[in-house]
Amino acid sequence: MSIVLAWIVLLPLCSFVLLGAMYLFSITQRRIEQRYFTFVALFSPAVVFVLGLAALRELMLRGHALHYRAYVWLHVGDYRIDMGFLGDKLSLFMVFFITLVSGLIHLYATSYMNKDEGYGKFFAYFHLFTACMLLLVLADGPLMLFIGWEGVGLCSYLLIGFYYQNNANVVAGNKAFIVNRVGDLGFLIGLAMLFFYGQSHDFSYETLALHIGAVPSEILTGIAVALFVGAMGKSAQIPLYVWLPDAMAGPTPVSALIHAATMVTAGVYMVARFHFLYDLVPHVGIFIAYIGALSAFFAALIATKQSDIKKILAYSTMSQLGYMFVSVGLGAYDSALFHVFTHAFFKALLFMGAGAVIVALHHEQDIFKMGEMRRVMPVTYATMLIATLAISGIPPFAGFFSKDEILSVAFGSGHYELWLIGTVTAVLSSYYMFRLFFVVFEGTHASHSEVHDVDWVMKAPLIVLAVGATFAGFLGLPELFGGKHLIGEWLASWRREAFHLSHVVEEILIALNVVAALLGIAIAYRKFRFYDRRVAYKPEGIVYRKFYVDELYDVLFVQSIQRLSRFIAETMDKKLVDRVVMGMSRGFVAAGTRIAWVQNASVRLYAFIMIAGIGAASCYLLAVLR
Amino acid sequence: MEHILSLLVFFPAMAGLLGFLVVKESIRAYGICVSAIEFVLSLILWMVFDTSNPGYQFVEFFPFVPSYGMNYYLGVDGISLFLIILSTFITMIALIGLSIEKEIKNLVITVLFLEMTMVGVFVILDVVWFYAFWELSLIPMLYIIGAWGSANRMYAAIKFFLYTFSGSVLMLVGILYMGYLYHDATGIWSFALPDWYALQVPFDAQLWLFGAFFVGFAIKVPMFPFHTWLPYAHGQAPTIGSVILAAVLLKMGSYGFVRFSLPLFPDASVYFLIPVAIICIIMVIYAAMIAYAQEDMKQVIAYSSISHMGIVILGTFAMNGEGITGSIFLMLSHGIVSGALFMLVGVIYDRRHTKMMKDFGGLASVMPNFATIYGIMLMASVGLPLTVGFVGEFLSLAGFYRINWVMTLLAGTGIILGAVYMLVLYKKSFFGEVVHVENKTLKDLNAKELSALIPLVALVAILGIYPKPILTTIDASVEKMLVLMDQKALQDKTKELLMKANTIGGNH
Repeated sequence: MSIVLAWIVLLPLCSFVLLGAMYLFSITQRRIEQRYFTFVALFSPAVVFVLGLAALRELMLRGHALHYRAYVWLHVGDYRIDMGFLGDKLSLFMVFFITLVSGLIHLYATSYMNKDEGYGKFFAYFHLFTACMLLLVLADGPLMLFIGWEGVGLCSYLLIGFYYQNNANVVAGNKAFIVNRVGDLGFLIGLAMLFFYGQSHDFSYETLALHIGAVPSEILTGIAVALFVGAMGKSAQIPLYVWLPDAMAGPTPVSALIHAATMVTAGVYMVARFHFLYDLVPHVGIFIAYIGALSAFFAALIATKQSDIKKILAYSTMSQLGYMFVSVGLGAYDSALFHVFTHAFFKALLFMGAGAVIVALHHEQDIFKMGEMRRVMPVTYATMLIATLAISGIPPFAGFFSKDEILSVAFGSGHYELWLIGTVTAVLSSYYMFRLFFVVFEGTHASHSEVHDVDWVMKAPLIVLAVGATFAGFLGLPELFGGKHLIGEWLASWRREAFHLSHVVEEILIALNVVAALLGIAIAYRKFRFYDRRVAYKPEGIVYRKFYVDELYDVLFVQSIQRLSRFIAETMDKKLVDRVVMGMSRGFVAAGTRIAWVQNASVRLYAFIMIAGIGAASCYLLAVLR
Repeated sequence: MEHILSLLVFFPAMAGLLGFLVVKESIRAYGICVSAIEFVLSLILWMVFDTSNPGYQFVEFFPFVPSYGMNYYLGVDGISLFLIILSTFITMIALIGLSIEKEIKNLVITVLFLEMTMVGVFVILDVVWFYAFWELSLIPMLYIIGAWGSANRMYAAIKFFLYTFSGSVLMLVGILYMGYLYHDATGIWSFALPDWYALQVPFDAQLWLFGAFFVGFAIKVPMFPFHTWLPYAHGQAPTIGSVILAAVLLKMGSYGFVRFSLPLFPDASVYFLIPVAIICIIMVIYAAMIAYAQEDMKQVIAYSSISHMGIVILGTFAMNGEGITGSIFLMLSHGIVSGALFMLVGVIYDRRHTKMMKDFGGLASVMPNFATIYGIMLMASVGLPLTVGFVGEFLSLAGFYRINWVMTLLAGTGIILGAVYMLVLYKKSFFGEVVHVENKTLKDLNAKELSALIPLVALVAILGIYPKPILTTIDASVEKMLVLMDQKALQDKTKELLMKANTIGGNH
């Protein structure tokens, strides 16, 4: 029965191959109608969702993790690494919401991408992504995880540059891939260290966890940091976050699925998966928490000044991921995963709502060119409102519970500065989100021509996700409200230590959070509720320019490497290395020409050389024989 | 079965001789048939190969100059088996994809002779014969580049020949000295490699001998700073020449390190480990940066070959099962991937007669199949997991991690730089709008090209998903070699390092 895990990965992979072949056939041979693509594109996610539920049910019935070993992948030296799938509480929890959200986004995308030339290609990539993402979470060892990890990176690259005719998109894709490669190098080094010190012959989490205690602690620190460098890349944390805002060049469903709900949370998942390692090095955890908190604050700050709707959401994603890292860093993996879960709903919803607005306005992304969209698209308006409330942390919407939990963890851990950064960030988040909301949906004097609402295929997933964004938080209802923390119970093994706060403190914290959120909303209301679209908005300043980090990186890394490469190629290699070689060969030629003078056909010279030679030989012999 | 190795070596050459009788029109079909039979033969060799036996199999021995211990001595083990299959496979694929019309009869016959020398190098166990095959392989390649290359072909061909030839002359001196040492120690002459394995060479002599062999191998690989012949050779060679050169001929050098340097001179190998590793790191980064600065698509791939070979040699000098097995696997995967990439460049060169990236752009919309296959090969070259490129690279790096982690990290930057130059290449040539009018009407891959490329794509996927059968077979022979090295080591330092390299976290 545990073979179902393999099918969860295999099915989207098969449909990827099928869609890819259909697409290539369609563009090179004979056109295939779009509905055939749609059929495959929707069939597979639906089945995978059901398979995921089946696996979940099986897990509940059995009470212990499902483990399926398909075959031996590598067998070298002392290692025997299986292509194995692990279905425990964590991975099947991830599978559940990934397949759910991904299914909805697939449905949405059939309308978003309607009549697009690359319809088949888009879904082929989407399915490949789904397969890799599911492999990432279902892997039973770090090397398998890395396969998925790189696979999702590849799909992200392919989908960011989906409209490759535009050079900017391709550049954004390359940037994403290369920045992630930097992280991957860290991850690979971490893997090599684990490989060396882990004493695990099958290199699975299970045996690694058994032997990890024997590893010296400074090595553990190294491994933990190296692996986290990978997470920095994938989950867009400081300093490797620069690719995420640019990644918004991809079609909006891509942003919703890959760059909001699933792939970017892989870093959080990875740290939670390695909790046995991170539990032993709490100081690395503190480092992670600080990186998370700084990223959260920094991104929220930048988001307050942006004008591109998708970029605002991208920075918001980075900011929310920062919260998750605060939580994993402090050892509350379950709280982080709870936030991953609720975030998947409201952030996917925000992106899809934004996508609907973008489509309605014929691919306009500047929020200051929108305005008064509530009249045109009431459903989108309502669902976006729910999502915005959820991300701002207004009870009872989903984001409130998970964010509150993370902040209480930060407070309870005694790192008050982390809590403070988190709370300030919460004010900023609700501010920039409602700024976006008011400017896009409210405001005055918008004069759109030819605006139309989107069709129901796009709206239906919005409604489903809105339900999720409203109620997902109740799965983690804290005891304070007399609830049972279902997710906390389900993921009970993913918590290093419980931080006990008295009820009074908890109530105060909750009140503060709500006040923080309301404060942000109030400022946004004052400034943007009646935003007059006729007044041109010209954002300026260092925040709008994202603190010039992109420019700095460009000078530091891109241009310097370009210059150095050119120098090496043109000067070093051609003028130095090759010249030495050719100089040697010319030296031989020159020496040869000189010596060739001896053979100048002059008999007298030959006779002279002969006599000189005989003379020299005789002298030598005389000297030796004497 | 007992003469299968001789058959493998001489069948292509014999068939090549017969090829003179074949009419020009059917010589291509003839060549493909011969190379296909040869490929099937090598597969049969794999099938009857006993994977549980790490020693030499199918050994053939005929006295040649018995008084001086030079014999016709053939044998195959896990290390050479797959390189033989790689040679026969790539030759077949290269002939299938052949698009040259000029003097095609001579070309096919030359390629078949080249195949003999390649297979010969990998199966021969007598060092004098090895040297003969090693040098003989230069001549067909010289001819291929010199006769079918582009404008500046004579310069490139002669540079290729003289450069590699002068390297191997030093190796010849080393071989003779080694023979003399053997005679000195045992009183009999022998040039049989297994005999030499048994000899403990004095440390000082090891250092000199390692150096002599090193130059020969390093030029072939090519290692920095002996690499400058390669870009010229690739730049001028016809597609089939580049494919075979990159896929197989370079592997002779790295094979030499595994077959000769390590087991014959274990102490010297350990003594020179760090300098060699530094050269490898320079190679990886230096060549990757040059590749990034290139305008010519073929040069990018040529320099990327150098960069990847750096990781191969690094893995070899990891002195442990993971590293050496990984590096041999990387040789195979690099053979497949670089062969395919050169072939793909040939495809577009045939259509446009240019290799400059600025002359392309937007090819993805004109030639979708071509772009797809190119993309797959590119990802394999970058080392994406589940393609053939990942396993070898990871094992090589993970193996070397035990020697020195800083160096591993530095060499690992190659994976970042690799992504940089490959993605830039892809962006410039395949993405964007179609700016040149000539490119708008380009034809996608035809049946001939597809039949050459699809097997390569299939291999990239299959070996990436299921590398185990190959790895296990290689690993058995590598472990045997490591044991031999440990037994032969004269110095305590060597033994210590071998111990350290083959230890996981305190357990041997």
